[in-house]
Amino acid sequence: MTTYQAPLMPAPGDSRRRPLVVMRNVSKQFSSGTLALSDMSLTVEGGEFVSLLGPSGCGKSTALRIIAGLGDVSAGTIDWPSSRINSKGLPEGDISFVFQEPTLMPWQTVFGNVYLPLKLRGISKSAARDEIMKTLSTVGLQDFADAYPRELSGGMKMRVSIARALVTRPKLLLMDEPFAALDEITRQKLNDDVLRLWRETGITVIFVTHSVFESAYLSNRIVVMKARPGRVHADFPLKTSMSRDAHYRTSEDYRRACEKVSTMLLEAIGGEEH
Amino acid sequence: MADTVSGGQSAFAPPKPGFFGRNRDTILRTLIPIGVVICLILLWQLIITVNGIPQYILPGPLAVAGSLYNDWGTLWPALWVTTQITMQALALALIGGVGIAIFLVQSKWIETAFYPITVILQVTPIVAIAPLILIYAPTTQVALLICAFLVAFFPILSNMVQGLKSVDHNLLNLYDLYGASRWQTLLYLKLPSSLPYFMTGLRIGGGLALIAAVVAEFAAGSAGAGSGLAFRLLESQYRLNIPRLFAALVLLSLLGVVIFAITSFISWFFLHRWHESSLKREN
Repeated sequence: MTTYQAPLMPAPGDSRRRPLVVMRNVSKQFSSGTLALSDMSLTVEGGEFVSLLGPSGCGKSTALRIIAGLGDVSAGTIDWPSSRINSKGLPEGDISFVFQEPTLMPWQTVFGNVYLPLKLRGISKSAARDEIMKTLSTVGLQDFADAYPRELSGGMKMRVSIARALVTRPKLLLMDEPFAALDEITRQKLNDDVLRLWRETGITVIFVTHSVFESAYLSNRIVVMKARPGRVHADFPLKTSMSRDAHYRTSEDYRRACEKVSTMLLEAIGGEEH
Repeated sequence: MADTVSGGQSAFAPPKPGFFGRNRDTILRTLIPIGVVICLILLWQLIITVNGIPQYILPGPLAVAGSLYNDWGTLWPALWVTTQITMQALALALIGGVGIAIFLVQSKWIETAFYPITVILQVTPIVAIAPLILIYAPTTQVALLICAFLVAFFPILSNMVQGLKSVDHNLLNLYDLYGASRWQTLLYLKLPSSLPYFMTGLRIGGGLALIAAVVAEFAAGSAGAGSGLAFRLLESQYRLNIPRLFAALVLLSLLGVVIFAITSFISWFFLHRWHESSLKREN
């Protein structure tokens, strides 16, 4: 029996600082006529943790879906300089998506849900077992492999969703307001988990949120977006001398980061009136 | 593993009823309806005896039981024929309903083109086209089968179409994202997620198949050795053999109950682990 081995994660520093995805002058108009994105350009480099932040209707989720290849662009291009792309122009197996809802199949166990991406690639259950159990243990769910989604709490369901996204060891993890529906305590716990996974695996994350605090806590780069039509308002790195742990939430660094993000967000919202 | 999950909550939950408690509950749930039925039968017999109602108007339960026993040689083959027609019609309706539903949801155009036809077939009272079917079908049995099939087929089709179209959009996106083929999406996502709808169609279709098998036989007026319970019912009426009519009726409702029990069990078996409809509320 051959065991499925996911390709090894590039070591930190190796793939970093190389452009992973490049959006050039992307516009998106829905069939209803709404211009969701207008002339948006964004380059995300390997190893970054980028938050897309903005008021509702600013097109941040649309931008994320377009990067994932869910829906076409009306104008502009999306390039993947460091990936092999398939016939649809998408980097095969390099991206994963975590939706706002856990989006689990209720008729499958936790194991079955995490197995899905590998099953669709034709990898047998027995060959995938080790990889799935390993991924489940990174999100602390190794004891719940046989549970059905309905038996889990909201936070645990979200962890399953994250495990499913990580099981293919993607280069890029796209998260669309993944914790918006969770309570504050669960949310903080999951934020810490995502940060830990980001540090341990060297994965690149694009994280859509409308929370100033969440974006300031998680990211090392923030892209603030403006609505009607959706476009980039500000794009800046967050420099912090501290590692993000329990102390970070009460630190001066964090307070200053929040202030800066908040100012930028207010600008973006203020600009759209009149 | 499920124990581990609920284990954390059980510390706060009220103590579960013990084995004896649960058992007594089950016994009561079974005994009470049976008791009610026995009482009604006794009351029936009492009214017949006290008022001296003749058998050709309303036979008592004893007379019906006697007829069931004495006429078993006539009733049993008829019951078997009706059961066969119902089951075959249901099986064909399941295959046809699911198959056509899958075909219909392949594209908007296919659905636009063909769905109205299936609706016309459904809303036309089946008794009205039974004489036509009788002309075209090679034998009466086949005609009955077609009628029962037409009636049972539609609820399965419409539920299945509904189910196939109600798949979680984000799950569809997810399958797209992972490059799932059309076939994989159907097999791993669309069919399992429409299972609850299919089960609803199955339960409705099962009941309707029996009704249609009986109604079609009334309309077809089949006769002789190969006929079902509906014919025996009519025949008993012509001969004023009312106890036998009641006996045929009892067999028909028993068959209906068995079909209901089987389809409910199938539905429970496939859904109880994950679907809300099969779960007990926890409060």
